[in-house]
Amino acid sequence: MKKLLSIATIVAVVLGMAGCKKDSDFLNVQPTTFLTTDQVFSDPNLALTVLADLYNRQEDISSLDGNSNDPGWRSFADFSESFPSENGSSYIVQRTGWPYSQWSIDWSTAYTYIREVNLFLERDSASTQLADADRKRFYAEGRFLRAMYYFELVKRYGGVPLILHSLTLPSKDITTIQFARARESDIYDFVIGEAEAIKGDLPADPATKSRASRAAAVAMECRAALYAASIAKYGATTPAVSLPGGEVGIPASKANDYYTRALNAAKEIIAGTDGTYGLYNNGGNLSDNYANLFIDKASAESIYFEDFKTGGKVHSFTTNDQPYSLSDEGGDAGRLDPSLNLVEQYEKLDNTFAPLATVDGTNNPIYYTNLQDIFAGRDARLAGTVLLPDGLYKGKKVDIWAGYVLGDGSIVTSDEAGHTKALPGTTTPVQVVGTDGPVNGLELRTQSGFYIRKYIDPAVGSGRRGQGSTVAFIRYRYAEVLLNAAEASFELGHPDDAATYMNQVRARAGLTTPLAASDITFDRIVHERRIELAFEGHILFDMKRWRLAHKVWDGTPTSVTDIKTNLGVAGTHSTQPWGLWPYKVYNPGDPTTNGKWIFRETRPALATGYNKFLFGNYYSQISNDAIAANPKLIRQPNQ
Amino acid sequence: MKPSIYLFGVLALAAVAGCKKDNYPAPGDMLTGHLLYKTDTIQVERNQVPFQIYQYGFGKVGPVSSTFSQDGTLSAVLFDGTYKIIVPNGQGPFMWKQTAGGNPDTVNVTLKGNQNIDLQVTPYYMIRNANITISGSTASATCKLEKIITDANAKDVERVSLYINKDQFVSGGDNIAKKDLAAADITDMNNISLSVAVPTMTPTQNYVYARIGLKIAGLEDMIFSPLQKISF
Repeated sequence: MKKLLSIATIVAVVLGMAGCKKDSDFLNVQPTTFLTTDQVFSDPNLALTVLADLYNRQEDISSLDGNSNDPGWRSFADFSESFPSENGSSYIVQRTGWPYSQWSIDWSTAYTYIREVNLFLERDSASTQLADADRKRFYAEGRFLRAMYYFELVKRYGGVPLILHSLTLPSKDITTIQFARARESDIYDFVIGEAEAIKGDLPADPATKSRASRAAAVAMECRAALYAASIAKYGATTPAVSLPGGEVGIPASKANDYYTRALNAAKEIIAGTDGTYGLYNNGGNLSDNYANLFIDKASAESIYFEDFKTGGKVHSFTTNDQPYSLSDEGGDAGRLDPSLNLVEQYEKLDNTFAPLATVDGTNNPIYYTNLQDIFAGRDARLAGTVLLPDGLYKGKKVDIWAGYVLGDGSIVTSDEAGHTKALPGTTTPVQVVGTDGPVNGLELRTQSGFYIRKYIDPAVGSGRRGQGSTVAFIRYRYAEVLLNAAEASFELGHPDDAATYMNQVRARAGLTTPLAASDITFDRIVHERRIELAFEGHILFDMKRWRLAHKVWDGTPTSVTDIKTNLGVAGTHSTQPWGLWPYKVYNPGDPTTNGKWIFRETRPALATGYNKFLFGNYYSQISNDAIAANPKLIRQPNQ
Repeated sequence: MKPSIYLFGVLALAAVAGCKKDNYPAPGDMLTGHLLYKTDTIQVERNQVPFQIYQYGFGKVGPVSSTFSQDGTLSAVLFDGTYKIIVPNGQGPFMWKQTAGGNPDTVNVTLKGNQNIDLQVTPYYMIRNANITISGSTASATCKLEKIITDANAKDVERVSLYINKDQFVSGGDNIAKKDLAAADITDMNNISLSVAVPTMTPTQNYVYARIGLKIAGLEDMIFSPLQKISF
């Protein structure tokens, strides 16, 4: 009984003490599973993690890691600049156009991101515990990311609602948070204005590449101003692609102002005000040097990139695109095959254009002793961007050849890469087709006769699925700034300056004979960007802003004559990817040709579609759902 | 064994009831129509000229989008109801009526059962008297261009093209041979002639389909002459 009493007393005392706590204290328990806003914005490392998440979710049209719908390699695979050697992706070369919704960013994904950046900015500026320097830098970085995102939106949609603070759902009138589209020029002005406003708060440090730096902001400003300028100038050629309210289209009168801004921004970077940047020029083989620029993360050429790291975020670009015969991972290789359309565009070292010589004047094949002879004397960027037949990867040669051609012109090959067969008149089976193809329809080997080299990681194991590659995706680099400067100078009537800027980029590629001011034409500008910036996510937006897209992708099939003529001419149509297939001559009766190589232009059998770019494709569709939810959004033109 | 019979009965009832509850009958009204200029059908390229059907009164509004077939016909299977049809701005080789605000004017359709509608539009040009013949291995075509819109909205000819194909889809994208005649080379709009070599076809066939197309400057959709099947 006593025992029971004492237990009861203890319980009562304990309960009583607990009960003495104030209700507010008792209920106010710090959560143990997440950090509060105040906690996060009291510590620079924690605030940086919020920023890191925003950095990680930036949008790129092409990216090495891609997303679940579009793996990295495939985001580079369109526009007839390459052939997709994966059966599930043949649709890219079999469709006859793009839906209006192509290249859009999901509307709610986009504005969720904008909202989160706005919240970040509001919380950062309200923070009292962060050191001033930290807070200012974070603030500038947030504004940089927001401007970058609006730039991505305006490239796709034209004018979009410009939301610069976080919105709260109103209890009654939903129309107070429905915003109309800003004018296209307003968004470009915003991007340019933000860059100018924040550049002073960002470090002018060339070693800062994966976070915003002063040069990154100015490079963004430079590109945005150039885009706006060319839309103003060349938009006049497609009056159908505009809206009366200016949501799409920029008045031609603004072109010169934008070109001047682009040029000034470029000059700022070139002058070294934003840190010391320069072209990657480490000597040695020029093609290797060009390829290494994309591998070497310490290069002084890259200004801003998406970084990858072992143990953190890696990508499978190398896994997907390495040469099949030298693959680290059986069954994963060769998906992205550059097309002959692109390869033919590389100049000879005397600055002239000539198709790769496959036949002579009387249409007889030209015989080459070595596979690479046909590519001799070309722009070094060819072998730096494209892995040619007999090209080296990790010190070994790729094995690209399509079969034997006999004296009578007939072909001995196989439908399986690397197969052996006995040649006519012999009994010993020999290999009759390269282990890397090309064989029509045989995925993961090249079907165009080329592999991609840009961004392919030579590091051991980088092609393994489990390991992945850590090569960075460069968003802004110095060579583009030079080309921007060249374009802006040319458009402002200073072709001499344009030549000076462009010649620097060309000299690095072995084109050491400088172009004179009189050589600089619009065609030259377009061509130089296509070559220098191939497979870096520029071609779509460049063709759009010059209003060339509907001419280049005009919905008519591409013939071999189309591929070999009008080289270097802007707006030449290119709607289907072609390949160049090497054949080995087997003709023991004729020692002059036996064992030599001939080449045939071949359109991969799977490439049955043709690209057709409609006026309605210039600006991606704003989804019907978004318009239904916000009737103030007006529809894109021609949709 | 009786309970299992009841069970079957219950299940059968549930199954029957279930079918009724969450399934709607499929739309059954066939809406068909033609793009017409007076009494002539407007011929276009397949899958290129879109039309949009709107229905109001059900919350969010979005269009049902589809395209005219190459002979200028439309078809859609819909429920009974009231619909509005438009052709979006800038589409088609013709002018679709616009409201004062510059938006496409709607054609109202009250649908109850199958219905055929004619969509009257004003083309910029019509291709008249198209005549395509084959002699030897050359296809020759003659035609006349009639300029319909001559006011401030008038547009120039960019080129006239002759297309031939193995099957009945004939256009800039679907062809085995084509011949372009640029506007600069047209001397007489009333008397245009074009010819193109008919390539060898595998497997061989002794007929081709052909159409003459007209590209109008500043518009992306071409207008065509009626499809002709030519045997040789």
